[in-house]
This record gives sequence, C-alpha cells and structure tokens, in this order.
Amino acid sequence: MADVTLTIDGKKVVVPKGATIHDAAQAAGVFIPTFCHDPELSKPGACRICVVEVPGMRNLPASCVTEAAEGMVVHTSSPAVIEARKTILELLLENHPNDCLTCAKSGECLLQDYAYLYGVRFGAFGGERHRYPVEEENNFIIRDMNKCILCGKCVRACAERQARHIIDFTCRGFNTKVATAMDQPLTDSDCIFCGSCVAVCPTGALLEKAMLGKGRRWEIGKVRTTCPFCGVGCNFDLNVKDGKVIGVTANPDSPVNGRDLCVKGRFGIDYVHSPDRLTTPLIKKDGRFVEADWDEALDLVAQKLGEVKAAFGPDAVAALSSARCTNEENYLLQKFMRAVIGTNNIDHCART
Amino acid sequence: MAGLATSFGSGAMTNSFADIERTDLLFIIGSNATEAHPVAGAMMLRAVEKGTRLVVVDPRRTYLAERADYWLPLKPGTDIPLLNGLMHIIIKEDLYDKKFVAERTEGFAELKATVENYPPEKVAEMTGVPAADLYAVARLYAGAPEALICYTLGITEHVCGVYNVMSIANLAMLTGHIGRDGSGVNPLRGQNNVQGACDMGALPNVFSGYQAVTDPGARAGFEKAWGVRLPDKAGLMIPDMFEAALAGKIRAMYIMGEDPVLTDPDANHVRHALESLDFLVVQEIFMSETARIADVVLPGATFAEKDGTFTNSERRVQRVRKAVEPVGRSRPDWRIICDLAQRMGYAMDYAWPGDIFAETASLTPIYAGINYQRIDVCGIQWPCPSCDHPGTCVLHADRFTRGKGLFKGIDHVPPAEMPDDQYPYLLSTGRIYYHYNVTTRQSAALNAHRPEEMAMLNPADAAGLCVCTGDRVRVTSRRGTLVTRVEVTDRVPAGMIWMSFHYWESPTNVLTVNAFDPISKTGEYKVAAVKLEKVS
Repeated sequence: MADVTLTIDGKKVVVPKGATIHDAAQAAGVFIPTFCHDPELSKPGACRICVVEVPGMRNLPASCVTEAAEGMVVHTSSPAVIEARKTILELLLENHPNDCLTCAKSGECLLQDYAYLYGVRFGAFGGERHRYPVEEENNFIIRDMNKCILCGKCVRACAERQARHIIDFTCRGFNTKVATAMDQPLTDSDCIFCGSCVAVCPTGALLEKAMLGKGRRWEIGKVRTTCPFCGVGCNFDLNVKDGKVIGVTANPDSPVNGRDLCVKGRFGIDYVHSPDRLTTPLIKKDGRFVEADWDEALDLVAQKLGEVKAAFGPDAVAALSSARCTNEENYLLQKFMRAVIGTNNIDHCART
Repeated sequence: MAGLATSFGSGAMTNSFADIERTDLLFIIGSNATEAHPVAGAMMLRAVEKGTRLVVVDPRRTYLAERADYWLPLKPGTDIPLLNGLMHIIIKEDLYDKKFVAERTEGFAELKATVENYPPEKVAEMTGVPAADLYAVARLYAGAPEALICYTLGITEHVCGVYNVMSIANLAMLTGHIGRDGSGVNPLRGQNNVQGACDMGALPNVFSGYQAVTDPGARAGFEKAWGVRLPDKAGLMIPDMFEAALAGKIRAMYIMGEDPVLTDPDANHVRHALESLDFLVVQEIFMSETARIADVVLPGATFAEKDGTFTNSERRVQRVRKAVEPVGRSRPDWRIICDLAQRMGYAMDYAWPGDIFAETASLTPIYAGINYQRIDVCGIQWPCPSCDHPGTCVLHADRFTRGKGLFKGIDHVPPAEMPDDQYPYLLSTGRIYYHYNVTTRQSAALNAHRPEEMAMLNPADAAGLCVCTGDRVRVTSRRGTLVTRVEVTDRVPAGMIWMSFHYWESPTNVLTVNAFDPISKTGEYKVAAVKLEKVS
C-alpha cells in the first residue's frame, strides 16, 4: 500500500494510505486525547475530544475518523483546538457527579485526566443533571449511568468483541442513555457478565464490584499471568494490594484474548483468598484431621510411601497429577513417581 | 489425544485460536464453547457476524446452535453414524479432495468401504437428523475453501470417544481441510493445563514430550539425566488404578490437585476404591471430597502464589507469575514434591520453577527451544525444537506427524447404557458458564450468582412430572441417587435431563456410568440412564 506524508505539529510523518490523522499522530509521538476511539472497535467519531485543526478544512475534524492525506498539515493543540476541547469537557462535567474524591476510578479516569490537562472545572453552565439510580444488584458490575459520557465503547465492545448486543443507546438528546432492552437491570437481560464493557469504560460508569473500596488505582500493583480456568489460556493482570489479589483487569498485550475475558477470569479469582483455603498440613488421627507441621506431615508421607514400596513393590503406589497445576509441577510429579518411587503409575483425569 | 495421535501422529489442536476468525466454515461438534470456553466462543460469534458459516452438532440447542446456519440435533452417542453419513455423501457426490487423499493419506479404501454402509436415509434414522440437512452440511463442508472443526468433551466422553475423534479426523482428511490457516481439527481443552499435563508426561505410558516409556532410547535419556534406572512397563490409567486399589494391588496413592470423588464417573465406586487404600495423600487448595477421605492433606498453592507455566489448547506455553505469598502455611506444589523427594533420598534441588522448566526443555524435543526469557511477553506454540525457532501455529502443514494421515473405517458404537423402561431418561452432563470444575464454588461472586444446580429438563417431560422451574426432582441411576432443582427449557430434547458437575450438594457423578473408552479410558459422562421423581 502506498504511503502518505503529512506534517503534525511541525513533525513530518509517513504513514500507510488509509491511516487516520490520529494513527499518524501516534506514529509521530504526538498526543491527541480520545474518549470514544478504541483501536479494537469500530470508529463512530462521536465524542469530538480528538478534534484537530487542518488549514483549509472548514471545521475542526475528528482526528480518529479523518484519513491522513498527502501533504496535509495538522495542528493538534492550536488555540481553536484547545477551546473546542475545553468546551466539550465543560459540557461533560456539567452533567457528571463531582465525585472524584470517592470514585473508584479516580486515578485511571480519562475524564479526570483531561479535565486536569486542560484545567477545566465543574459548573461552567449550571445546567441540568441526571439523577439515575445506580445499578448494583448483580454480583459483578456496578453501573452508574450518571458517570457515563456516552462514548459508546461499552456498546461496541458488547456487540463487536462479544457479539452479544446486550446494551445500546436508548432515548435521544440529553436523555440518551446506554441501557439493556427495555432498560432492565443486567441480571434480567441476557448479559453474561464477561465485563468487556467494564474493560473499555473510560470513566467510573462501569466498575468491578469486587474491587470497590479495596484500593485506589495508583496503589494497585499489576502482575501479568495466565488464567487458571479453561484451556483457552487468556492472559490478564492480577491486581495486587498489600499482599492480596483484589481483582483482575485485562491486559491488551495478551496474545490469545487481548482484553476479552469471561466472568470467571475477570470476576472469579477471589477464591485465592477464600476463608476455606487449606492453610496447614493435616493428618488424620482416629478418623479426624489434626493440624500438623510440615516436617511431621512430609515425614509421614515419605515413611508410608516408602513402606508400601518396600512391602509391595513400586507398582503398589500410584499418583494422580493435575491439569490445574503448572507444567513444572506435572513434570516433577511424574519424575517423582518414575525416578523416586520407580513406577509409571501416574495419570491425570484430562487425558482425552 | 489417542484418536488424533492415531490419525495424525500427535494429539493436539492442529490450529490456533486466531484461526477461528480466519476460516470460512466453523464445524462445531460436541462443544458448547460459549459456556465452556467463553473467549473462544466469543471468537466464533464474531466470525459468524463477519460472515463465517456455522454448523453446530449437538443434542442441545446451545447458544451457538441458535446462531448457526445448520444445527444438527443428533441423538446422544450417534456422532460416528453422523460423520460417516456426511462422508458417504461427500464420496458419493465426488466432493472429496482426491489430490490430498492420494498424496497425504493412507487407508482410503477401508474408509470408503465403511461409509458406504451409511447412506443418508439410514443415518437420518440413526441420528435423528433430517437427510436434507446431512446433504446440505456435507456439501457446505466439502465446498468451503477453509473449514475448521472444533470439538470438546461431547466427542471424547463416550465409550467410543477415540473412534469419534478418528471419525472427525477422517472427515477433515477426506476434504483436505487440515494443515492450513483456518483449516484443521481442534480439540478445545477443558482445563487450563490439560495440554501441559499431557506434554509433561503425567501419563502412564510416556515421559514428557510423548516419549514412550517402553522405548529404550527414550528411557536411556531420562535415566542418564535423572541418574536412576527407570521402569520399562507402562503404568495404569485412572480407572485401572481404582480397580487395582479395590483388588489390593495398589496400596497407596498420591493425588495432587484432582478431586476424582466429585469429578470421575460413578463416584461411589471411586470413593470405595480410595477408601480401600492403606494410605492416601491429597495435595489440595481446598478440602475437596477426595481430601476428606485422605490420611494426610498437604496444602498447595494457587496459580497466583507461584511461578511456572501453563500450556493452553493451541499448544502455547505461557507464564504463570507469582503475585502474592501462599496463604497461611500452604506451599507451592513444586516445592512440596521436592521436599518429599529429598526425604525419600532423592535430591531435587531447584531454586525456582525456571530451573525445573529448563530441565524439562532439555529432555523434551518439542519444548527444546522454549525458555522463560523467550515467553516473557508472548507465549510460544510447540513444537519449538530450537531457540531460533518461532514455534508452530499450524500442525501437519506439509506432512502429518506420523507421515501419512491414517483413515480408519469406523462403525457405530452405541453408548454403554441407554434409557429403558426402568430408567427412562437420558442423563447428559457438562460444564456451565458460571462455574469451572473446581474453585469457582469458593468464589463469592460466582457462587452467589449460581449457587445450586439447575438441571435442564424439557417442558414435555416437566409437564409429565408436574414440575416447574425451581422445583426439585430426585434423579436415580443404577449407581446412585440425588436431588436437584430443575430449569424447564426446550434447550434439551424430550427424554433428556442435563446436569453440570459443579455441586457437591448434588454430585452428578454418583449417577454417571462406570464405562470407559477402551483406549483412552475416558469415562462416558455424556450418556447414562436415569429415572426422575418429583420431590415435594
């Protein structure tokens, strides 16, 4: 494909034909804010926060949907552009709860970031605000439509990534709202709580319920790992605070799944800190389990396995390994059975 | 695994998940991907919305079935006649890939002779699928430029599981739909590390990398590396272990991270076998049904508390990273095994799992080129024979692992137990979206959302039993009995009750049949005969 050359804020940049001004700006290392744009989703060009100035064009075009053209000159932060962005932010804040002090998304909220960047405050117009009830009756997702800026990424993620089409825009104008059919709660819809909508939400409108109150966003450490549920092998980030896993967020670099996850991977990892976890070795004495220390338990196991091996031969011992455990552990258990016990009696249930 | 290993020479997904969105036709048989492999299911739905044709073969009207071009609701256990019927049409109508069959396969004459006996009208009667749909699907599959078959436990959890898989392999080879981006045969692995546990040699007949324990060359390599003499006879598979335990031949068992009492078929039989052992040690993260009958329970660590790797269905080896310390006094399972080996006089000195992986890679040709540095950002798909090899997205591209693909003529094998006058309903089992085999019951959110079994029952049967959604029924087979709530839905056909196996309160596997595929020894979880009574 042919290339086009354009100039963005005085920098020359070459991009393939068909690339947008926003793509070109990214290639040139020039920042342009976006709300509704997402590289994995279709491009509605709806929020207008990404407008730029292109001399010769009648209006300020939205850079995310305007194709870069040969010889084009682009200004991404001219006074007209800044004024337009500020007005957009003022209008958004006008109908947004002044809740950053307690909002769980604070620190990872694009609206907050851009308001800070452009110095925009609440209350420029004194206009009307929504008073929607917050939807929190399901176990996974909190929906606060008062904080929704109608970027539509959740609608597109549900339709284009999950192909479920559970939510869409309803009503018109100021009353426009993202809702399920007949504006019913998610629990009464066909929603499967995959949380793809939460993953793309730029504000606090959609939140992981389990993470609420567990830590501010900037306090959370992220450790990328592989999901322990089915065989698809999704990657995600474990969110860690104070030595505890408090939740899961998607990692766009995941090779198999990108930001897609299912309800179990995104919302079901809390079993790690379940109070039902086994936390100490147990030895059965007179039909009841008694807590033991590791030395006592391991000595007993070694002694018993050794006794059976000595009395009945190595093939009187068998082991089941686990499709839940790591490769390293499966390797070690078969090595243990073969090299230490001396039998090939090792299997696991997921052989098929 | 045994089925594909026979037909192709290796038992793994031939393609990558990304191929789901690169194919022209998805042929989904015995797989409820939107529930059991949700992210792969979403890929399938995306593909369909972009124009990929979809064929779903399943007795239940699954979500995918509803969105399919063709849904073939076969009678449970009739996969072989259905596949033979499709091949019959493809051969009769001369739609098969003669060049591929001639150059890449052997045994075609045998296949042709067998499928000759499966004309569409007969197959329609055997399977319950209309002949017109068989013709349409046969032509669609044979004519698609690229076609991807995906299957899961709906295929393998039958007494003829291996033959089912080989029949699928026959269909793919007949049409040359294998070995390319978007064409192949893909078992979607049920658990996170099924592929890895097999790859690592947690099997009675092979070391890591499918090197046979009976092969003196392979054994010599491991003997040298491990510094011991190794047994040369294959060990026992799980059902045989339980029989040997009952016969007093196996006296001690070490079970790491499995709960056979809840998850293996005919649970009462399994419990009895384990109770007859002299010594049982269970290494677990929760007090499982199996752990309850152990002599010693060792607390292992979850995936979030240890380093390591999992190998997913598409053979991609990916990192698992420790995020937090193990709770209480629990320890990573690898550490426990090392400690035990030391106590039994065999040194296992590994500083961390990276050292174990390096040893594995040095002894496992298909993993030889993989190390933690290379998979730090993006996993690698085996076979990866050397450090400069990029890994393998599509298997069998130019030749099959075994050389030529092997056609086998396969005849119908009926399920071990079918409904009769005494036990008139067919029980089939599987997984639901909100739960996984284990651990999800300990997730507060997931358990609150789906706290109990909701067995699926057809409205016609529900009317006969005078039950509504939420009512309770007693389900009884020749082996056990339980009580469950029902969901009345026409997603299941009349005469069938469908249950998941997630709930210890209604442990479905006390009902399932103690019958196994003779080759893979996989239990027939998908078909058992039961009777139903309303519980007031």
